[in-house]
Amino acid sequence: MTESRLLEATPMLPQVAEPVPGTPALPGSATPHAQPRRRRGGRIRVTEVIPWLVIAIVVAWAALPGLFTSYGPTAGDAAAALQGPSGEHLFGTDATGRDMFTRVVYGSVHSLSGALVAVSVGLVLGTGIGVIAGSVGGFVDDVLMRVVDVLLAVPTLLLSLSVIILLGFGTVQAAVAVGIASVAAFARLSRSEVVRVRRSDYVEAAFASGGTFFNVVRRHVLPNSLTAVIALAALQFGTAILAISTLGFLGYGAPPPTPEWGLMIAEGRNYVATAWWLTTLPGLVVVAVVLSANRISADIARRGRA
Amino acid sequence: MSGASAPVRALAGARSAVGQDGPDGAAPVLEVRDLSVAYSSGHESTTVVHEVSLRIHPGEVVAVVGESGSGKTTTAQAVIGLLAENGSVTAGQILLNGTDITAWSPKQLQAVRGSRIGLVPQDPNNSLNPVKRIGDSLGEVLRIHRWGDKRAIRARVVELLERVGIPDPQLRARQYPHELSGGMKQRVLIASAIALDPELIIADEATSALDVTVQRNILDLLDELRAELGTAILLVTHDLAVAADRATSVVVLKDGRVQEQGPKDEVLTAPTSAYTRQLLADAPALATAGRRTLAEAERIVAHGAGARPTLVVRDLVQEFSLGRGRDPLRAVDGVSFSVQPGTTHAIVGESGSGKTTIARAVLGFHTPTSGSIAVGGQELTGLRGEQLRQLRRVLQMVYQNPFSSLDPRQDVATIIAEPLTNFGLGDRAGRAAKVTALLDQVSLPAGLATRRPAELSGGQRQRVAIARALVLEPQLLVLDEAVSALDVSVQAQILRLLEQLQDDLGLTYLFISHDLAVVRHISHTVTVLNQGRVVESGLTESVFTDPAEPYTRALLAAIPGRLAPAGLPQEPSA
Repeated sequence: MTESRLLEATPMLPQVAEPVPGTPALPGSATPHAQPRRRRGGRIRVTEVIPWLVIAIVVAWAALPGLFTSYGPTAGDAAAALQGPSGEHLFGTDATGRDMFTRVVYGSVHSLSGALVAVSVGLVLGTGIGVIAGSVGGFVDDVLMRVVDVLLAVPTLLLSLSVIILLGFGTVQAAVAVGIASVAAFARLSRSEVVRVRRSDYVEAAFASGGTFFNVVRRHVLPNSLTAVIALAALQFGTAILAISTLGFLGYGAPPPTPEWGLMIAEGRNYVATAWWLTTLPGLVVVAVVLSANRISADIARRGRA
Repeated sequence: MSGASAPVRALAGARSAVGQDGPDGAAPVLEVRDLSVAYSSGHESTTVVHEVSLRIHPGEVVAVVGESGSGKTTTAQAVIGLLAENGSVTAGQILLNGTDITAWSPKQLQAVRGSRIGLVPQDPNNSLNPVKRIGDSLGEVLRIHRWGDKRAIRARVVELLERVGIPDPQLRARQYPHELSGGMKQRVLIASAIALDPELIIADEATSALDVTVQRNILDLLDELRAELGTAILLVTHDLAVAADRATSVVVLKDGRVQEQGPKDEVLTAPTSAYTRQLLADAPALATAGRRTLAEAERIVAHGAGARPTLVVRDLVQEFSLGRGRDPLRAVDGVSFSVQPGTTHAIVGESGSGKTTIARAVLGFHTPTSGSIAVGGQELTGLRGEQLRQLRRVLQMVYQNPFSSLDPRQDVATIIAEPLTNFGLGDRAGRAAKVTALLDQVSLPAGLATRRPAELSGGQRQRVAIARALVLEPQLLVLDEAVSALDVSVQAQILRLLEQLQDDLGLTYLFISHDLAVVRHISHTVTVLNQGRVVESGLTESVFTDPAEPYTRALLAAIPGRLAPAGLPQEPSA
C-alpha cells in the first residue's frame, strides 16, 4: 500500500534513514536476488568482458579484414586444398584451397551488416507498432496485436523464407526477411513495457500537468520503456546472425563464392567425414558471436532492472 | 515454560533493559542484550542495529517504535532468525526463556519458529500462498511441527479460525486467500501465529496496511489472546499512537539505536530524549497543538461564504462496468460538496469508500456517470481534449506515492518545469528562475535541481511533487493521500509546509485521506464517505467532536491513540 512501509519490510536493504545516492530505493529492485549481484558489482567481471571482446574482434574483422590475414577471401591455391588447421592456415583450407580463416574474417562483414539491418528493421517496425498499440489502446491496440499474434504463430524461419521469396535472393533481402520475422517479438515486448509505464503515476501526473499525448509519450513513456527493448535488440543481434547463417546454409542468402558464414558451413558439410574444420570452425565462430550477444543482452536487461 | 533455565540476572554494567522484573517476578520470555546487527554488501559492512536491549515478560506487550530505517524490523528479524542472507548478528545475545539462541543453526531456529515464537507479518495480502486453501496454509505450521495426524489438524484449523473470530470457519478453511478481505486474512495469519501456543508473538507492522476500524479489531484480538493465553507480544510499529494504546512498555529506536525505553506511561508522558518528544509532537493522533480550531475554521469559511466556491461537486455518480450481464459497480453514489476558496476540504473514508474515484473525477481522468463538477465556476464534466487540458492550469494534483509519481529519468528541475513546458509558458531562463523560486518555497536546497528522484528521500520527493503542482499557480490542489506514505516526522513537515503555502498563496486544497488524525489537523471542512455515499459533512472540528452518525462515531473511536495516557506533552517549546 505505501512504499515506505513496504521498503521497510523488505529485509534486503540495509536500513538507512535516507536512500543512499545512487542506489534507487524502488521497492521492486530490492529483491533477494539483487543483493548478491550488487555485491559483486564493484569490480568488472571476466564474464562481462569476454563477450564485448568477441564482438570487438568480429567488428575489427569486418572493418579491416586485411590486418588479420594475408590471403584473399576467394583466392584458392589448389595445391593446398583440404589441409587441416596449422600455423599457416589457422582454420585449414577448403576443397579449392582457400584459407578458411581468411574467409571467416572477410565473411564477418556480411554477417554483421546483415544482422544490423535485420535488427534495425525489427526494432523500428516492432517498437513502432508496440508503442502505438500500447499508448493508444482500445481498438487500435486490439487490431495491431492480433496481427502480431498471427506473425508470432508462423515459425520464424518459414516467415523469413516467404519474405525472401517475395523480395528475391540476396544478402540484404535475407537480412530484411530476418528482421521482419522479429517484428512481432519487438512489438509484443515494447507494448507490454509501454502499458506498464503508461499506468504509472508519473505518466498520469504528466497528463494532469497539461501534457499533450505526444509530449507525454516522447518525454516519459519512450525513455522509460526502452531498456528492455534494447536488451532484446542485443539478443536479436545474435539470433539474426544465426538466422542469416541459416538462410545462407539453405541457399537463400548470398550466392557463392561470397564468404558468408552460413554458406561456408553449407559448403563444408560434404566433407564432414574427412575435413571437420570446414564446418566446425566457422560454426564455432557463429556460436561464439551468438553467445556473446546473448550475454550482453542479459547484462543490459539486468542493469535496466537494477 | 518447559526447558527454561534460570535467567542470568547478574548483568553488572549492562544497560538497563525494559521491565526490570516481570509483574510477578517471572523470567522474561525474551531478552535481547546489546544486540548489534550488520548488513554486508561487497566488502563493506553497515551496522544498522546498535546495542539494542529489551526484555519481554509473559503477558507483556513491548512496542518497538521507530521510523523507516530505524532498525526495528531488523531487530525483530534477528530475534526470529530470519535476517536477510547478508545480515548477521555482530554482537550481543538473544535469550529465549533464558536460553541463548543467538548462535543456533537455521535448523534449530526453525524448530523454535512457529512453535515458540509466532510471527504476524505486515501485509496480509501477500503473506498467504494464493494457490493454497486457507485451511491448508494454516495447517502447514501444524504439519511442519508434527502436531498430529490429518484429522486432528483439520479439527484444530477450524478451532483456530473460530478462535480468531472468523465466521463460518468450515467454509473459510476451504476458500482461497483472494476470497477473503484484508482483515480476515490478517486474522488467518494471527491464527497461524498462535496455532502452537507460542510464548511470544512478533507482530511486525501487523496492522499498518489495514483500515482503521479493521486495525482496531485486529489489535483487540491480539489483546484478547494475550490476556487469555498469557502470550508476550513484541509489537513493531511506526505508529506511536498504536503503541500508546496497546503496549505495556515502549522502546523508541532511531538509526538503530535505542533512544529511550521504559514503561509506556513514563515514555509517553515524561519523555527524556528529544527524539521521543519530537515523535510525540509529530504524531497527528497524539498531538493536539497545531490543529485547526473551530473558531478559525468558522472564520475562514464565513469569510469565503460570499465568494464563489472554488470547487462544487453536485450529485456525482460514478459507475464502473464489470462486464456484460453484471450490474455496474457504483463507486460514488450521489456525492455533493463544495470547497470555499482558501480552505481545505477533506474527504475521509476507508478503502473502497470512493474517495480516490472522486479525486480522479475532479481532475477529469474519467467522465462521471452523472452529476456535475465545477472548478472556479467552470463546468468540468463533458470537457475533452484541449479544453480539459487548458482547465488543468487551475487544477493540480499531488499523488500518494512520491516514489512512483516522479519520472525516474528526469532531473528535479525538468520535473518541476514540465507543466510550464506543457503550456509553453516562459522562456528557458524564466523557467529556471521559477524552478529556483519554487524549490525555495518548498524548502529544498537549490542544489537539488540537477538530482534525479532516486537520489532523494521520500519527503524530498514529495516536496518536489508539490513544487510541480504549484508551478502553474493553480487555484485548487488535489492531495490524494499525499502524506500517507511518509514517516511521521516527515509527514508533520509536509503538513506544515502545506499549511504555510495555503496561508502565503491562498491555495484551496481538496485533501483525500484515510487518516482521520491527519484530516483533523489540516482541514477546515470534511466529508465522511462510506461505500460511495456521504455519511456526514461539515466543519471538521464539529464533526470530530460531535459526530451525528454512528458510522462516523465508529470511525473516530477506532483512531489509535485514544487509550493513550492523559497528559501527553505538547509540541516542544522550540
